[in-house]
Amino acid sequence: MTLPWIPLLTFLGVFVPALAIRGGRTVCALATAVAPAIALGLVLFFYLGHDGEEVMRTSFQWLPSLGLEVAFRLDGLSLLFLLLILGIGLLIILYTRYYLSEKDSMSRFYAFLILFMTSMVGIVMSDNLLLMWGFWELTSISSFLLISFWSHETTARKGARMAMTVTGAGGLALLAGIMLIGKVTGTYDIGTVLESHDLITASPLYPAIVVLVLLGAFTKSAQFPFHFWLPHAMAAPTPVSAYLHSATMVKAGIFLMLRLHPALSGTELWTVIVTLTGLVTLVYGAWFAFLKTDLKGILAFSTISHLGLITSLLGLGNSQALIAALFHIINHALFKASLFMAAGIVDHETGSRDVRKLGGLYRLMPITTALTCIATISMAGVPPLNGFISKEMFFTEALASQQFGGLSWIVPLLAGLGGLLSVAYSLRLAYATFFRRPRQEPPKTPHEPPWPMRFPIELLVVLCIIVGLVPTLPQTPILEDAVRVTMSGEMPEFHLALWHGINPALLLSMAVIAAGIVLHLLHRHMMRFNRQFRPQDARYIFEAFVQRLVGLCQRLTDRLENGSLQRYMFLLMAVSVLAMALGLADLDTLTGNLGQQPLDPIVAMGAALLIMGGVLTAALHRYRLISLLMLSVVGLVVSLTFARFSAPDLALTQLSVEVVTMILLMLALFFLPQKTPKESGGARVVRDVLIATGFGGAVASLNFAVLTRDLDSISEFFIRQSVPGGGGHNVVNVILVDFRGFDTLGEITVLAIAGLAIFKLLNRLRLFMPATDMEGRLWSDDRHPTLLMVVSQTLLPLALLVSFFIFLRGHNQPGGGFIAGLITAVALILLYMSRGVEWAQQRLDFQFQPIAIAGVALSTFTGLCSWLFGYPFLTSTFDHFHLPLIGDIELASALIFDGGIYLAVVGATLMILANLGKLTTAHRPNKDNP
Amino acid sequence: MEALYAITTGILTASGIYLTLRGRTFPVVVGLTLLSYAVNLFLFSMGGLTTHGAALVGTTEHYADPLPQALVLTAIVIGFAMTAFAIILAMRSRGDLGSDSVDGNRTDREDPRENKA
Repeated sequence: MTLPWIPLLTFLGVFVPALAIRGGRTVCALATAVAPAIALGLVLFFYLGHDGEEVMRTSFQWLPSLGLEVAFRLDGLSLLFLLLILGIGLLIILYTRYYLSEKDSMSRFYAFLILFMTSMVGIVMSDNLLLMWGFWELTSISSFLLISFWSHETTARKGARMAMTVTGAGGLALLAGIMLIGKVTGTYDIGTVLESHDLITASPLYPAIVVLVLLGAFTKSAQFPFHFWLPHAMAAPTPVSAYLHSATMVKAGIFLMLRLHPALSGTELWTVIVTLTGLVTLVYGAWFAFLKTDLKGILAFSTISHLGLITSLLGLGNSQALIAALFHIINHALFKASLFMAAGIVDHETGSRDVRKLGGLYRLMPITTALTCIATISMAGVPPLNGFISKEMFFTEALASQQFGGLSWIVPLLAGLGGLLSVAYSLRLAYATFFRRPRQEPPKTPHEPPWPMRFPIELLVVLCIIVGLVPTLPQTPILEDAVRVTMSGEMPEFHLALWHGINPALLLSMAVIAAGIVLHLLHRHMMRFNRQFRPQDARYIFEAFVQRLVGLCQRLTDRLENGSLQRYMFLLMAVSVLAMALGLADLDTLTGNLGQQPLDPIVAMGAALLIMGGVLTAALHRYRLISLLMLSVVGLVVSLTFARFSAPDLALTQLSVEVVTMILLMLALFFLPQKTPKESGGARVVRDVLIATGFGGAVASLNFAVLTRDLDSISEFFIRQSVPGGGGHNVVNVILVDFRGFDTLGEITVLAIAGLAIFKLLNRLRLFMPATDMEGRLWSDDRHPTLLMVVSQTLLPLALLVSFFIFLRGHNQPGGGFIAGLITAVALILLYMSRGVEWAQQRLDFQFQPIAIAGVALSTFTGLCSWLFGYPFLTSTFDHFHLPLIGDIELASALIFDGGIYLAVVGATLMILANLGKLTTAHRPNKDNP
Repeated sequence: MEALYAITTGILTASGIYLTLRGRTFPVVVGLTLLSYAVNLFLFSMGGLTTHGAALVGTTEHYADPLPQALVLTAIVIGFAMTAFAIILAMRSRGDLGSDSVDGNRTDREDPRENKA
């Protein structure tokens, strides 16, 4: 099925403007229009070509575990919206060509516009709620980019930010609502959800679902009290206002309510919230439209008001009301888009959008005037135009509504009030702009715009007239099909007509039109009445709110994060101690069921050494060198401890790491102060000692509790499988290179990354190099003691041989790549120390970074090779070979993996130490020799 | 023996924690190293304390648990990488900021003797 081509085509269209702009602005506009035009053609082709099925659907699995699939549908409702999105989109592309000035980046504008178009197409075609939500958010983002297109203007930036915040917050609410729907129905598939009306409305989560989904819809469709972002979004270029803020994006909320109508509507909760919000918005928007003086401001509030009208129809929710709502969506898009474009032309030609400064334009721009007037009449709901028909249907439904029992009269009252105000503001808009005698000259002398710029308006106005005169035209198939998917149940009979005979709705219309004219005549008095209220600018309120929020976050951050590592560590440790204490308090007894092993004097002495070393390291920390020496005592005894308790591999590793660590820390200490000044006060020391003791006590208790309890280990498996499965007798090594090889691969990667990071950190590092030790004595002249030189050079081949031996035997005896690598590294470092960095560097004339990387690469490659043989990543194999003289030997592929480990360890260790050592060379700039 | 082992681990932990709460980089790094010793001992003991039971197949009746050993072996190497990174970061921050404090005070009270040198 080719349905995904429609959103995909528009998406590809995003990149077209950037490429086509080289051909000039007209070429760019034409090229941009290609993708939407093809998409529109595809939509019509699919829809006319489909064979009777109501809904066309295509889906691909994406993340089945999350219920997310790439699923698209094309049904009557999608079709109606697609026609609006793509059709009006094409007209907007044409209009933009003449609207944007030479200074504006046309390709950027078009790219944003098409991105927006793609996201709208995605919303209306999605067949999966999560996917739809993704597109929903994308409309917020692309609308942000479009509103802030003139980003040098602060109003544009602030308006964009406000729109983004409000619609983004609504989007989050919508996501929560969607997830609740998914929880209730067990799926995000729209088709299934639509059939689960009874399940959803019976669920105790239903009220939450309705409120959250409606929050999303109301913020997007600018319903009271979330309407305030829309007037400020008018800072956008006019094509954006015409497209996003009248025809499409603000209708996304309406679309959502329509889409989920079969699943969520039909309850009292839905009816009350949606109808009342809609009616309040209708009147509120119309009143402010009447008071505004900015052309786009009038249109923005008028849009809010009309969206309220549609929303209230959705709340009433019977079939006739739905038909009226869908019909009004089309009509509103037609007349409001043309009015916005006309306002853009007026602004473009006169340099002003303030109706107080405009007037008398009918002499200078007769065609634009005529077009605007027709669209305005449609907006006011005056026959014989399309706006009249849908408003008449609205009045009929309002008069017939029984949803509010004894208070039902409130619906027609508010509907009538809204209608009256819309007549008044429409009249004012047309009169003040075109017919009233101008009070002052406009900034520029206006004349008719170029014909192509006017063409979109002409087309839309002609459609307004045709739909008004022949309302059955859009009825089939667009409206009928759209109603069918919105309604659950039988398709109702309906007939759209201009003339229904004399009925209450017609009388209401007549009364409203008359009253509207009167209200317009009283406009001056109304303005005076309004002046007694302090003007409230939503922007200031919103900005103040944002500032307060930012201030609050800032203060919170400042308190939590003051740059002091001590404070973070303190909080971290305090919380950890608490968590451990709570866990330990839950134990019945500290001592478990196992008895203790008898103590032998060697262990006791080792423990005494460890305790002494640890405590002295801490106690003497201000004398850094001594503290370091104590630390090395601890390290050595730890390695002996491993040896004592049957872990020869660990003992060897710890011993060689210990050597490397000490050399590193000594080298670092050379560049750092030799002593720590006394800084901590008594209270601080007491606090830290308490925390440390608490932590140590908790760790000791935990350790003891574990040691005296039965052990339930999975290691039996490794011991049993080591020889038959891994081909090695040293279980620890087999675990490292075989059973848990993937972990080890990760670990040597981390090691190599640490090495590289250190290499970068040392780059261009300027350090103060002390000329004396901390007692003020000069360093010894004898920098390379002969004895050390001789010994180290003699030891080197021996050490390399040992490391090779240890490497080879690692699979069966204590040893392996880690230990061998460390021994090699130590041997080489010894050479550096005894002969000096320069001497060693001349002889080891290569970089260590590639070695470390090659090691990681070799290990990864070994793992990948098992794919060649059809096994999972890092499967190892082994075999026995017979060599003459040497005898039987066993070779495992894990040996190559271990080789990678060896290289990575050697490379990373030397990368760290040799590069640090280089800082001590004489030609390095220092204080005396910069 | 278990009690003594646990107490030793606890004391090493306490010493390490105390040092990481100091206000200068070097004691913090030393404290981290000490703490990693303690953590390694702790993790190692999760398999129990076994005498004469190296996990070499065929050499003994009762094997020590090899799994904590494998974990600790890589932990030792990673611990070295971390120590190295932290100490070099400390040197870098001293080189760039002129201070080795980590207590959040930007202005450093330098050791007077060092200025003289």
